[in-house]
Amino acid sequence: MTETTTTSAGQSGDRRVPDVAWRNEGLIFERSRPGRVGVTLSDPGVPEQPLDDLLPADLVRDEIDGMPEVSEVDVMRHYTRISRKNYALDLGLYPLGSCTMKYNPRINEDMARLPGLAGAHPSQPASTVQGNLALLWALERSLVELTGLSRVSLHPAAGAHGEFAGILMTRAAIDARGEGRRYVLIPDSAHGTNPASAHFAGFEVKELLSNERGTLDLEDLDRQMTDEVAALMLTVPNTLGVFENQIREIAQIVHGKGGYIYCDGANFNAFVGKARPGDMGVDVLHMNLHKTFTTPHGGGGPGAGPVGVSERLVPFLPTPLVERNETGFYLDHDRPQSIGRIRSFHGQFGVLVRALSYIMAMGGEGLARVAEYAVLNANYLRKALEPYYHLPYDAPSMHEVVFDDKTQHDFGVSTMDIAKRLMDYGFHPPTVYFPLIVSGALMIEPTETAAKEELDCFIEAMVAIAREAEEDPELVKGAPYTMPVSRCDEAQAARKPVLRWYPEEGAGGED
Amino acid sequence: MATRDPFRDAAGVTHRLLSTGELDRREMLEAIGVDSVDQLFESLGDLLLERPPDVPGPLSDGELRDYFGRLDSMNAVPGRDLVSFLGAGAYRHETPSVIDHLLLRGEFLTVYTPYQPEISQGTLQAIFEFQTLISMLTGLDVANASLYEGASGFTEAVLMADRIQKKRKKVVVSRAIHPQYREVLASYARNLDLEIVEIGWDERGATDREALAAAVDGETICVAVQSPNYFGVVEGWDTASEIAHEHGALSIGVVTEALSMALLKSPGDSGCDIAVGEAQSFGLSLAFGGPYLGFLATRDKYKRAMPGRLVGETVDAQGKRAWVLTLSTREQHIRREKATSNICTNQALCALAATIYLSLYGKKGLRRLAEINLQRAGALRRKLPGVAGFASAFDAPSFNELAVRSEQPVARVLGDLEKAGILAGVPLGPDYPELEDCFLVAVTEANAASDLDRLMEALADRSAAVPEDASATA
Amino acid sequence: MAYPSNYLYSKDHEWVRVEDDTCVLGITEYAQEELGEIVFVDLPDVGDTFDKADEVGTIESVKAVAEVYTPVSGEVIEVNSALEEEPELVNDEPHGDGWLIKMRLSIKDDLGELMSAEKYEEFISSGDA
Repeated sequence: MTETTTTSAGQSGDRRVPDVAWRNEGLIFERSRPGRVGVTLSDPGVPEQPLDDLLPADLVRDEIDGMPEVSEVDVMRHYTRISRKNYALDLGLYPLGSCTMKYNPRINEDMARLPGLAGAHPSQPASTVQGNLALLWALERSLVELTGLSRVSLHPAAGAHGEFAGILMTRAAIDARGEGRRYVLIPDSAHGTNPASAHFAGFEVKELLSNERGTLDLEDLDRQMTDEVAALMLTVPNTLGVFENQIREIAQIVHGKGGYIYCDGANFNAFVGKARPGDMGVDVLHMNLHKTFTTPHGGGGPGAGPVGVSERLVPFLPTPLVERNETGFYLDHDRPQSIGRIRSFHGQFGVLVRALSYIMAMGGEGLARVAEYAVLNANYLRKALEPYYHLPYDAPSMHEVVFDDKTQHDFGVSTMDIAKRLMDYGFHPPTVYFPLIVSGALMIEPTETAAKEELDCFIEAMVAIAREAEEDPELVKGAPYTMPVSRCDEAQAARKPVLRWYPEEGAGGED
Repeated sequence: MATRDPFRDAAGVTHRLLSTGELDRREMLEAIGVDSVDQLFESLGDLLLERPPDVPGPLSDGELRDYFGRLDSMNAVPGRDLVSFLGAGAYRHETPSVIDHLLLRGEFLTVYTPYQPEISQGTLQAIFEFQTLISMLTGLDVANASLYEGASGFTEAVLMADRIQKKRKKVVVSRAIHPQYREVLASYARNLDLEIVEIGWDERGATDREALAAAVDGETICVAVQSPNYFGVVEGWDTASEIAHEHGALSIGVVTEALSMALLKSPGDSGCDIAVGEAQSFGLSLAFGGPYLGFLATRDKYKRAMPGRLVGETVDAQGKRAWVLTLSTREQHIRREKATSNICTNQALCALAATIYLSLYGKKGLRRLAEINLQRAGALRRKLPGVAGFASAFDAPSFNELAVRSEQPVARVLGDLEKAGILAGVPLGPDYPELEDCFLVAVTEANAASDLDRLMEALADRSAAVPEDASATA
Repeated sequence: MAYPSNYLYSKDHEWVRVEDDTCVLGITEYAQEELGEIVFVDLPDVGDTFDKADEVGTIESVKAVAEVYTPVSGEVIEVNSALEEEPELVNDEPHGDGWLIKMRLSIKDDLGELMSAEKYEEFISSGDA
């Protein structure tokens, strides 16, 4: 527990503001008091045998030193207290570019918790889980309709996982053709998971240049697209929020030389319901259900990354797929050309329920409105902020806009400083320093669930910070001032990593 | 489906999940300087759909409840409808109510990955607690912030060992590791230059020591063994670790029933260099297979080779304790093709559930819970000899799951018991032809006290049944 | 910042100080500035051999990881073990106490591609770096 202060002035030094314990909650281990417990244990219900009869003594461990002993009340208080150190999407705008932080509808939470859905064991016979299988079938049908692709696998655990599946399928398809294509082309603006996935599938990566519009340089593509290249990995719209308006020509170039088009679906919110990747010539697409489809981010997962494919890649989809015959739905494991499984069991089922619930809450026209208002909101922000922040690329923005800190740099203020100062104004910062082709990038994605007055609030804050940067840069550089902690020393964390709490010495014990 | 939204107007529709109404739209279009939203989509050209997509909706909350309610009623699930002894990598345990109430707080549910530490201390602190608890349970120095689930986690552990060993090529893996975990490893390894050697089991149901020793040499990257293994046998890792270390190979300990670590000798104490597996047992509902919770822990000297996220402790500008994501230069958003893996998410909300679960049970409660599980499986094993035609397949100790050998065809037995409302177990035949006469039975504290009796009665009824004919099908 | 005149410099911002048949290798002031606060240095083992242009190790800062390439062929005879506890030495003394490895040169490589201090300073101010 935190030490009690000897004066009533607390950390602020202001006598009117004493330290309040629940604002400075320590670790659960520091709350622990011997003899407390947070559960009522059921009776074993069977006569108990001596431990020795059931397990050899040398395979039994001692009680675990340092594990907490706390009551249910302690637990409720502890986690409630630390939760309050977080900002939340429910509080206001969370304009992280490329993350699509949109409202998480609570009906989704209720549906995912229905006991018949949530209580099913993955190894139950198909006849006992027709409801779940029907749900997966319905979700796949919806995603097929929205993407214009032939089939969608709901197997992968997250976007990066779906991406990996997509690249593995490309690899399998190339191998099946008897070709030894070694390369994958990736734009310099791409997210790091793209080259990482390609690498894990055994490919070598070649970088493509962006033109001044920020989109793919067709000449560079044409030059680099050879019959040694298995695929082009694209994000549409790209990581600058700009639509690849030459996508059809791009597809022609790649398909013309026998390659596949992989589309990273992270930015699907920009055109869901308005256009379909299948129509653009995309062969494989991963989706992030925790982005466009509102499943909650949860502080960093769980997400889900369904992967959709054009007809010619269907045989390679991960196993299992949901199929239907005269007796009902079943999981099809008999898929000889499949890349196999890349996780245990079927998929992030609980997340999939939430996504279907959202799709059905919106309907097709509703989803088209989602994209429209996502783009409208981003453009509204862009127009308002253009006079104050530098735009590295002039091309039309879709659902997100990328500025940089060029203007503020003249006063010694960086993107990081702006991000930290925004916290004091009550906002989570936008995405910073991505994409890498923009130095000091500030990527803002409001999503369609942001109200106009919230956008106006955000604009006011950004304008104020731009003024502060000019008139009082040191103020901005010292931010944040109103958070539970001030700017953190990340260098120390990396140099001398302390990655857990220790019982005797408290945190920071022996490495 | 025709929209019944009363807010529809000439220009378009709004929706309760959109924050823009007609007035807002007009004001914003004016501010931007365009006449219609269509102008903002010009770059899509003729790719624009002429009609909105044909997906069901828009439905109200009530209509959604009806739809999903119908799907719910089409299922028969453990507890509510069926007695279940299904395990095999996913275990039914009681879940304290507190967990859901905390998970549903907006500050935990709706937040992003804590890349901006000052505004995310709640999430970072919870993950730090999770890392600490996993480190305690596995008996190893460092645990990461979680991985997707056990099978891909297991694969990541092997890849991690490969990174550490650099020049070696052989991976030695026990066949008694969960078949899906080995399948996933194969899916990944297909495109990498690795040789995977599988080792069978002996009459005790544990990994064959002699075969293991024969297979491990100076080319071996790592040895991987699961305990309790897929057959429920508690085989431990001491022998495997010894053999591995003799040849400079790493020892990987796999765990699919994380609760076992509360009672059994830890992977760390058994010489494992990496412990990896599934923590679904810690407060996550079965949820038809996901989302689950992979964990990975290792010795301090290997921490930089770890995949996934890590939270570390540091101080802020005033010297106050704070937590941050650290060692992130290993991750793909910076290292790109040289990344240690391409994992972006951990399973933060699931890890939070596990952290709350472990805090509630705590030092004494978790151990007692593990004992209860052990006692119940012990009772099952004690009663089996009393049922003709069924016996425990292996003599070795088990935790809360064991393999049962049946003199009658397993598919028939399971099918008949299902008709009687009992999911008696998971057949081993499909993955282990040598064990097609066996099935796995798991029993936990979540089974009602009477469940075991019902199972025994139902099996006893079967053993009196007429032997089936050759045309019986699964 | 003065770049020592008795060092030679590569386009990848390494420096070497050659002494008969051995040399010392490190990264330049410019490189440490670009990387930011260095948190970890991954060095090869004594006895490892490398050809010219091989990757010999990596340097991690809070925001980036950089590969270090050797401009000469040789065998590692010593590594700067002080960097294990104090990686920040590379930031503070990149040309001095922040050295990385010492190698015995295996062949008389053509050192002509490497730049003198003057040429290196021109290179980094040219904007092509």
